[in-house]
Amino acid sequence: MICSMLRSISAVSLLLLAGIASAASDGPIYHVDVDMDDEASLQRGARLFVNYCMGCHSAKFMRYNRMAEDLGIPETVLEDNLMFGTDKVGETMQTAMPAEQAEEWFGVAPPDLTLTARSRGADWIYSYLMTFYRDPASSTGFNNLQFPDASMPHVLAELQGIKAPVYEDGDDEHIAGLETVVEGSMSDDEYARAMRDLVNFMAYISEPAQMQRYQIGFWVIFYLLILLGVVYALKRNFWRDIH
Amino acid sequence: MSRFGKAVDSTIGWIDARFPLIKMWNDHLAQYYAPKNFNFWYYFGSLALLVLVLQFLTGIWLTMNYKPSAENAFASVEYIMRDVEWGWLIRYMHSTGASAFFIVVYLHMFRAMLYGSYKKPRELIWILGMFIYLCLMAEAFFGYLLPWGQMSYWGAQVIISLFGAIPFIGEELTLWIRGDFNVSDITLNRFFALHVIALPLLLVGLVFLHIIALHEVGSNNPDGVEIKNKKDANGVPLDGIRFHPYYTVKDMVGMVVFLILFAMVVFFAPEMGGYFLEHANFEPADPLKTPEHIAPVWYFTPFYAILRAVPDKLFGVLAMGAAVMLFFALPWLDKSPVKSIRYRGWKYRGALTAFAISFVALGWLGLQAATPTYTWLARFFAVVYFGFFLLMPFYTRNDNDKTVPERVTDR
Repeated sequence: MICSMLRSISAVSLLLLAGIASAASDGPIYHVDVDMDDEASLQRGARLFVNYCMGCHSAKFMRYNRMAEDLGIPETVLEDNLMFGTDKVGETMQTAMPAEQAEEWFGVAPPDLTLTARSRGADWIYSYLMTFYRDPASSTGFNNLQFPDASMPHVLAELQGIKAPVYEDGDDEHIAGLETVVEGSMSDDEYARAMRDLVNFMAYISEPAQMQRYQIGFWVIFYLLILLGVVYALKRNFWRDIH
Repeated sequence: MSRFGKAVDSTIGWIDARFPLIKMWNDHLAQYYAPKNFNFWYYFGSLALLVLVLQFLTGIWLTMNYKPSAENAFASVEYIMRDVEWGWLIRYMHSTGASAFFIVVYLHMFRAMLYGSYKKPRELIWILGMFIYLCLMAEAFFGYLLPWGQMSYWGAQVIISLFGAIPFIGEELTLWIRGDFNVSDITLNRFFALHVIALPLLLVGLVFLHIIALHEVGSNNPDGVEIKNKKDANGVPLDGIRFHPYYTVKDMVGMVVFLILFAMVVFFAPEMGGYFLEHANFEPADPLKTPEHIAPVWYFTPFYAILRAVPDKLFGVLAMGAAVMLFFALPWLDKSPVKSIRYRGWKYRGALTAFAISFVALGWLGLQAATPTYTWLARFFAVVYFGFFLLMPFYTRNDNDKTVPERVTDR
């Protein structure tokens, strides 16, 4: 009885999952593995985020002290190295750049980054950060493979260096790949790792609750399985006399 | 008897002299006789009730911190997700509960179609159930605007604009629904009122009537046999068992299995790959920026696919409305003397299978961007969908039905 019920339920959930296999037409170029257990990576990502992103972008729903607590950062380190715009640890991560001026400079106000990992996805951000290339026709001097005509300058160029597009044979429209024309302070591998750290951190700030979610979920399901044993025994006991 | 037992007894006696407590307990639980052969499909009624309670409780707690204004709504949801104690859990339970509600209700409705539970004398239960389903759709639609994300905003914009297809009054009607020329702060505020007061109140009332009507005529069963036709000397149906304790303990097993699956989604995949919580809804509503691809949440997509399959807007809206409303007519479209699929002929079996496939296929197609191939597929499945209902009087009249047994066959 219970077996047939579980079978029917899993058939139903398969039905449901069948629709979930479709992907967007222009999906992310690269895949990145985010890992909320990699505390060192999250801490490095926090530093990159504060140093390179927060000049223009905010993470206006994320509190500094929540970040420090979740990522194992001591409060002194937090105050000395990770907080520039404020001295209150309970504040949210706001950029010092005024939104109106930013809009004037870039054409659009730099979007808030708290939830970008949930709206665009970690793979999209990673691909975006990896694929800036030189483009003299653009107002910033750079273009992007993941997000063509992005209005953001390549602020990480000092790390990555500068890439130029390599075109397919006999074609100056389709970019086959990118090649380094100016070396940055990081090698390609180091830069890829740094961007993975940054994306990992952005995935964390998009949903800090995920640090507890999995652990609690495990215990809830463990408890429910025990309860299932109890109620099933109860049901069998009551139903013994029904024929 | 212990002193405590006596105190309980006298309290119940005191109440019972003033209120039909024992009578209600007996009528609806301890002496309500349900067929003993309920199978897997009979869990979904009690599960729907469980989800309703979960939605009420989580909804009340969400309301304590949510701010229904265009200015603050999005931020207040993030506040719940981050700063409210257990807020993330309450919110995920509510968002997962919305989808779970539709899964459970769709399976509950499909059960009725499998075993002919809408047929005489249960037509009114079915109609009340359909009103519950309509309420649920409205409740989900109003609730979906509240997070004030891009999909909330543009989904509402698109669905409200459908009313604009109605001749003469259409434009005025959309203005009246929105309270503004666009979906705005005013719209959000009134949708909040409808979502947290009007529709929940209506839902509870309808669920109450649904259950009272059910208990008046008694439950159907997988054999479609009326158990009240064969009673023992005491007037108890031979194939009936008391709802309490037999089905209360059995439904508890179903509820725990449901809760395990529910918890798996809530804790390990609350977005369900973007189908329970759409990715675009993590971006705040922006009236100046239309998303590339606007799709309703999965539980509306079968009807959305039908809407898009019709080239004309007005006829598309009418077809979509008809796709929902035709369910109401089911008790009268079905001419077969047999209730359960177990004893129905190949025609109804085939038709129901084709219907189930087309419903799922339309649901999938409604999630995709409309390409010419998909549009033609949607048209094909829409024809199958409507064929199931409109041809039903013909194929059920002379189906090669089997003989229905006198008593229920298995337990």
